[in-house]
Amino acid sequence: MKILILGAGQVGSSAAFHLSREEANEVTVVDRSADVLRELQDRLDIRTVVGHASYPDVLERAGADDMDIIVALTDSDETNMVACQVAYTVYHTPTKIARIRSADYMNARKLFTQDAIPVDVRISPEQLVCEYIEQLILYPGALQVLDFAEGRVRLVGARADQRGSLVGQKIATLKEHIPNTEGRIAAIYRDGKSLQPDGDTVIRDGDEVFFIAARQDVRVFMSEVRKLEDPVRRVVIAGGGNIGVRLALALEQTNQVKIIERNPKRAREISEQLNKAIVLVGDAADEELLLEENIDNVDVFCSLTNAEEANILSAMLAKQLGAHKVMALINRPSYAEMVESGSIDIAISPQQVTIGSLLAHVRRGDVVKVHSLRRGAAEAIEAVAHGTAEESKVVGRKIEELDLPRGTNIVTLVRGEQVVMAHHDTVIETDDHAILFMTDRRKIDKIENLFQVGVSFV
Amino acid sequence: MNWAVAQRILGLLLMIFSLTMLPPIIFSLIFNDQSWLPFVESFGFTLMAGLVLWYPMRKRRKELRLRDGFLVVASFWTVLGTAGAMPLFMADVPSMSFTDALFESMSGLTTTGATVLTGLDSLPKSILYYRQQLQWLGGMGIIVLAVAVLPMLGVGGMQLYRAETPGPVKDTKLTPRITETAKALWYVYFWFTFFCMMGYMIAGMGWFDALCHAFSTVAIGGFSTHDLSVGYFDSAAIDIVAIVFMMLAGVNFSLHFFAWRNVTIKHYLQDPEFRAYFFILLVLSSIVIVSLFVLGTYGDAYDSLLNGLFQSVSIATTTGFTTANYAAWPGALPVLLIFASFIGGCGGSTAGGIKVVRWLLIAKQGAREIVRLVHPNAEIPVKLGNNAVNFRVVDAVWGFFSVYIVVFGIMLLAMMATGLDQVTAFSAVAATLNNLGPGLGDVAAGFSTVSDIGKWISIIGMLLGRLEIFTLLVLITPTFWRH
Repeated sequence: MKILILGAGQVGSSAAFHLSREEANEVTVVDRSADVLRELQDRLDIRTVVGHASYPDVLERAGADDMDIIVALTDSDETNMVACQVAYTVYHTPTKIARIRSADYMNARKLFTQDAIPVDVRISPEQLVCEYIEQLILYPGALQVLDFAEGRVRLVGARADQRGSLVGQKIATLKEHIPNTEGRIAAIYRDGKSLQPDGDTVIRDGDEVFFIAARQDVRVFMSEVRKLEDPVRRVVIAGGGNIGVRLALALEQTNQVKIIERNPKRAREISEQLNKAIVLVGDAADEELLLEENIDNVDVFCSLTNAEEANILSAMLAKQLGAHKVMALINRPSYAEMVESGSIDIAISPQQVTIGSLLAHVRRGDVVKVHSLRRGAAEAIEAVAHGTAEESKVVGRKIEELDLPRGTNIVTLVRGEQVVMAHHDTVIETDDHAILFMTDRRKIDKIENLFQVGVSFV
Repeated sequence: MNWAVAQRILGLLLMIFSLTMLPPIIFSLIFNDQSWLPFVESFGFTLMAGLVLWYPMRKRRKELRLRDGFLVVASFWTVLGTAGAMPLFMADVPSMSFTDALFESMSGLTTTGATVLTGLDSLPKSILYYRQQLQWLGGMGIIVLAVAVLPMLGVGGMQLYRAETPGPVKDTKLTPRITETAKALWYVYFWFTFFCMMGYMIAGMGWFDALCHAFSTVAIGGFSTHDLSVGYFDSAAIDIVAIVFMMLAGVNFSLHFFAWRNVTIKHYLQDPEFRAYFFILLVLSSIVIVSLFVLGTYGDAYDSLLNGLFQSVSIATTTGFTTANYAAWPGALPVLLIFASFIGGCGGSTAGGIKVVRWLLIAKQGAREIVRLVHPNAEIPVKLGNNAVNFRVVDAVWGFFSVYIVVFGIMLLAMMATGLDQVTAFSAVAATLNNLGPGLGDVAAGFSTVSDIGKWISIIGMLLGRLEIFTLLVLITPTFWRH
């Protein structure tokens, strides 16, 4: 797949990293800064072109005329939209993805059509991150909550603790515990290594468990893995940036939200946007301020500023002062790994959250959704089985008959409205959405081949 | 330093190189020249050596770092010279000392084309073929070939590619993936060789000579299968084919790639380096042709034209084919030609020398200083075409230039210390450091009369020239080894 990435900022670089490490992709990156590109090219096997991302001349030099996908990720919405327009009009690029930050553009649905602004897929990292945090707040105790099949099924990652009723027992006993719900354990990570779960596996305290369940059953299932926590009520958000304000807006009706912003002018601005949430002017790492605002009663403290070091420190401080759960926005994978096992409950990586929505479009076969997990090492994907039993390598076969690579499970099938938990003898039907969990992302091409329909089906 | 990975890749490279011992065996059988044994032995030895290096480290999969790239390339070229010398050393005909064999092999791989052999016409065909093949492999670079065929090098491939490819700007890739870039370069190179061979055959060469000369022409090498070099054929048609392909091989191969992919020649005309290169060749050959004619070296204009043009292109691109004994030409002509070899071909070509683009940048900087004298406050970037050149590239060019001069001076003194006269020593160093081949004075025909120490100095010179000095030099600096 020939991919053109415009903009080598945080999102652009991480997209280049994730996409270029897959053998099948050829990645070209365009940015205005030659220094940034040189540094990037030293690390990744990509081609780089210096120039303004939406100029036809620059796109021409970057080889836009035979690109399969163009991904516009510069920090300017307007540049991204124009770049897609140019790619569509001049080079007829088949798939155009653009990062659109502004909610105003996002909401204007009629805008993004082929005869107006031809952007096929719009991604807003801020919005994705915000939704991601919302889910975590909705399911207290979860480390990760990911939607599949338009939200009918959810994949949840949680750390097992001994108060969960399944902990210390074999997975096979799950049926006796909760007979009326359907759910499956997709993967278990113990001390950072993945186990291949089967009926005899015993879940231990401290394991990181990924399970999949229908939306209404998630809470019940969660109680099997760890003690159910009370719903979150009090939320403190540090940082009144884009993400912070979006999150506050989303939560202020149902929760008590406080948002801390250092810049008085900005604080004034956001206080006008928000209705119920309280805007505090001050430093999120100021002990006095936090104590004054009863930090020890806070259920969730999220630090979401642009400076990841500050996020880590203020989250650690809040935890120490008694906040029940702290989350921090961290870009660097190495930082995330460092803090997540200890002082901070959840490290949120905007890159990991965003990359999935890109990956879904570069996959061969009909892949609806990709979620990147464990800093890109594992992946959960939703693929559609097309064709008839003759054309497809999956349709009409039992799951145990499929040639799945090691470390890959088909966890669930979604058949129309119905959620079918996968057993070894479940037969896959045409148009089933299969949700797969892969502990080793490098085997992805095998999965792609499996779900690709033979040439006869076109 | 990542020794394990460096060792693994070195082993892999050696194993790939060992495969190149196989074609000469076929030629030996075709011509029944009884020389296949040394090739079989060398194949076995090299393969084993590669296997011994590779096998214990085969599971080490760490990414190759910048430093490891230098280490791998520099050590590989050193080992390569030795491995390449093996068949020559072990063959009965010609019987060569180790120094001679190493000189010949290094001269081949670095595309220098200086030889210590005489009586080439009577040598076994397989040996002759092998020498030409060494040049061909060294031209585009056997590491570039390895990057093309070993996909698992990843970013490490880029480090290797950068350490081996000549020219001041090495970050531009033709395609996003480095393996694809390397493949594209070898494709272009391969087709060039093919067309060159066809050209020679149409011009009247036998297929074996055509193949051998095509190898050394596109590699800008200069080895021939005859003592008289291209002069042996005494054919204007062959001379012209050689001139055309030497000129083309001295052009940046990425230009050829774009021309081939986009089916247009507009890239050539827009490229400032190409224009400068062409201009230099034009001016040089005009001076040589006119001088030859005026001074009456050749009786008629036709001979002056053909010999002058051939020799100018051959020396200026650092090929080193000869149709005439240019060392005996009158006046400043021989030295002028040797000077031209310091310019050499374009960056990213198979030619040696300092490269046209560096001279262009130096000249533009000179011009900038003049403008600055008149307008002290002017902001004047150094530009190539319409693009300003990064000041770091300009700095690097100056650094390269000064180191080149210093290395040249030291080697000149060393050569004179071995007892060579000044003209011979000067031209011998120029011929090796610029990867040219034939020199003046005692080394006009070959290096067979040079002492063993002189040959070793030349071997180092050729390697320094091919790897553009820094790749090799960086290994002997403390900075490189400090952790």
